[in-house]
Amino acid sequence: MKKTIYTIVCGVLAIGLVGCEAEFDNPVNADGFYSTGDADLTNFVSVGNSLTAGFADGALYITGQENSYPNIMAEQFALAGGGEEFTQPLMADNLGGLLLNGTQVAQNRFVLAADPMTGEPLGPVILEGTPTTEVTTSETGPFNNMGVPGAKSFHLVTPGYGDAGGVLAGTANPFYARFATSGSATVIADAASLNPSFFTLWIGNNDILSYATSGGIGVDQTGNLDPATYGSNDITDPNVFASVYSQQVDALTASASGGALINIPDVTSIPFFTTVPVQSIPLDAATAAAVNAQFAQYNTVILPTLVQFGIITQEEADARMINFSAGINFPTITDDDLTDVSTILQGPPANLPADLANLLGQLRQANNDDLVVLTASSVLGTLANPSDPTSVIGVAVPLEDQFVLTATEQSRVSTASTAYNATIRALAGANGLAYVDARLALAQVANGGIAYDAGLLTSEFVTGGAFSLDGVHPTPRGYAYTANLVISEINKTYNATIPTVNIGNYGTVTIANNQ
Amino acid sequence: MKKLLFLSVFALATAVTYAGGYRVSLQGNKALAMGHTGVAVINSESVFFNPAGLVYLENKLTISGGGFGIFSNVSYQNEATGAFAETDNPLGTPFYAYASYQATDWLAFGLGVYTPYGSGVEYEDDWAGSHLVNNIDLAAIFVQPTVSFKIADVLSIGGGPIYVTGSVNFNRNLNRTLTDIDGNRSEVTVDASGVNNWGYTVGAMFRPTENLTIGANYRSEIILDAEDGEADFENIPNSPLAPFADTTFDASLPLPAELTVGLSYEFCDKWLFAFDYNRAFWDVYDSLDIDFADPNIPDSFNARNYKNASTYRFGLQYEATSMFTLRAGYYFDESPVQAGFFAPETPRNDSNGYTAGLTVNVSDSFQIDASFLYLHFNEVDASYDAYMENGQAVPFGGTYKSNAFAPGLGVTYKM
Repeated sequence: MKKTIYTIVCGVLAIGLVGCEAEFDNPVNADGFYSTGDADLTNFVSVGNSLTAGFADGALYITGQENSYPNIMAEQFALAGGGEEFTQPLMADNLGGLLLNGTQVAQNRFVLAADPMTGEPLGPVILEGTPTTEVTTSETGPFNNMGVPGAKSFHLVTPGYGDAGGVLAGTANPFYARFATSGSATVIADAASLNPSFFTLWIGNNDILSYATSGGIGVDQTGNLDPATYGSNDITDPNVFASVYSQQVDALTASASGGALINIPDVTSIPFFTTVPVQSIPLDAATAAAVNAQFAQYNTVILPTLVQFGIITQEEADARMINFSAGINFPTITDDDLTDVSTILQGPPANLPADLANLLGQLRQANNDDLVVLTASSVLGTLANPSDPTSVIGVAVPLEDQFVLTATEQSRVSTASTAYNATIRALAGANGLAYVDARLALAQVANGGIAYDAGLLTSEFVTGGAFSLDGVHPTPRGYAYTANLVISEINKTYNATIPTVNIGNYGTVTIANNQ
Repeated sequence: MKKLLFLSVFALATAVTYAGGYRVSLQGNKALAMGHTGVAVINSESVFFNPAGLVYLENKLTISGGGFGIFSNVSYQNEATGAFAETDNPLGTPFYAYASYQATDWLAFGLGVYTPYGSGVEYEDDWAGSHLVNNIDLAAIFVQPTVSFKIADVLSIGGGPIYVTGSVNFNRNLNRTLTDIDGNRSEVTVDASGVNNWGYTVGAMFRPTENLTIGANYRSEIILDAEDGEADFENIPNSPLAPFADTTFDASLPLPAELTVGLSYEFCDKWLFAFDYNRAFWDVYDSLDIDFADPNIPDSFNARNYKNASTYRFGLQYEATSMFTLRAGYYFDESPVQAGFFAPETPRNDSNGYTAGLTVNVSDSFQIDASFLYLHFNEVDASYDAYMENGQAVPFGGTYKSNAFAPGLGVTYKM
């Protein structure tokens, strides 16, 4: 009997030795499996614009915010022993619009609609519904995610940018007004008040983007050091950018042991500029000949005369020639960098009527160096005057300036962003911060794509996976890719081993039909 | 000497119970305690292990019944992404009931009810592998009328038809990314119950000497054909691009044939050694195909590509006293899952089972049978490479670690 008990006890002990839980030898969730290296990630704060907020599909909405690049990063940080909580000023719904005192001030999100009969995708449509996020119902800020959609570099240091009373006047931002700690607060002071141990800063995109997406209707303010005088579509002076950016880095590094600065990508490679082809006007031979006949006098008399009087150069005259042919043609456009001859044409010797003179005032045909914006697709080829079949936009009626980013305008954008990036890089180096080359990364997405486990991430509109339906902001997959870029740079700079995510697990565009 | 041998078997037991795929080898407390051997062992559980053995039972009537609680755990992790998941599996409760009646000295009848297949795996919803499985619950009950003939004193045969009734409930996300407008992952639950079919079992037993018994048993393949099961789609976006609506489905799940040969040897009066070799013909499980009735919903093809697999079982029994019979055992269970087809719904690599148990002879006619199984799987890096996304294979891989415990309790009544 004694022996029997003994053997039973031995058996139980033997079983005990091999353990009860299905535990790994080296569990990924054990302390020390991943390392944050020299970085202190216990209190991570992310500052920036719409790209930081998780804006997508032309709106800010909950699931977009959940897939913001800082939120994805924070989840990975947590695996390595970073802070457990990353707060975000979540919207009230997944529609995405904003109300200010009950009046809608920001549009709902785009979704990809499909034909109920054929099942074929139709394209982006605005998701219908009444938004429930009210600007004046303040959230209790500040939040770890201090991304403010629409913010330019200098806005982050502008008091009053979160004053709900200034939203309609354009001096304040409705998204920031939701969670600013006071009407006179600044984004950067609110962020700094969290005493971040680590931060990311990605700002400056809108300092060129709004100029670009508006087809260059704004002003290049290079040389003007007073941002208070800027219009919303203007390019920010690089010295202004350098000054405010430096202040922001100082404010954040006051408490933070480290951080990452993300540079400004080449905005002209996003689908907003690459989706609508410049050559977009199909004409048969007879129509082309008829149109050319209408422009014959402009080409052969008016332009040479303007050259003869020294008003334009021969080079400009050549650029302004209109010539259609059978096939797909470049549209006629208004280019505000051309000499405005509308007044001159109303006088002698041309004596043109005002409407015709205005039409020809800054007219030319587009060429392969121009970029036509996404929103032009609903305008090109339509009738400016529905009752006049000859008023085809892009033929007899030029495509407005706001729809075309010309080569001249592109070079202004490029010059400014190059200057901003030099500042960002220098400040990253001077402060020992990680420098994330988003410009290079976006160039790779746009030229060939980034391989992931189920294909290629490209900048093709709707199908490429990287860009949401506004053609400007990333999808969750695009944001996940961004998060991986930043994490990789942090790992390099701070000797950390934070794991990256599998971007294939993140969605792209949202399919939905309105009822 | 006897003690040493016994202890060495127990020491060995710090090594495997259960079986590959969704086979659950828990068909008797006496057998399980001996590494789930029994094809050449004559006892109250022979209805399942080898019907040929029934005619050798000593009593007119032998009834045995019992059950097990399966505590199984699966952990998953991916070092590249930090993904981690642990199952929260429901308690599995396989059971058995066997009765044998000795009609003449050359003829016995029996009846068995048992549950040799099943699976209950439950991951956290929307875990990293949720496009393959969120949870699965598979159950099958076998009912087996049995007859056993003694052809000679040294040779018997036995067998009977098997009636199976099964059910399956399986939930997974439709893919890695599809959600409704609020970000809830689109998912499908397929559910079928009352899926019935027939099979059979045949066995033979040869007793060339007083001490040596040799046995063989074959159980046929049984295909469970689910017809018009319910497919319930949830969180589907309102879009013609996602044409998923509740429908019915057809699917087939094979319960593979199994051949067992083995021997038992009595020695030193009170000792019995048993060895079983199982061969499970898993190659029938080529693919799990779900055919949805709605023509707009693409059918689901899930390659499994299982291979035939063997299990080696060793058991030892010691009649310590007239009251206590002690048992211990070990088995090595080869997984039917091939490299690149490691699906998280049945995360089975090779395993080692360690078993022990005892019978308490409460009276001449009443016994209590108890057993315990610890099933050990080595940590394994594995992947399922046959998942397709946009026509491209997207492997799901990582490290898996599984184990299972199954304590069991049963009773035997002899008359």
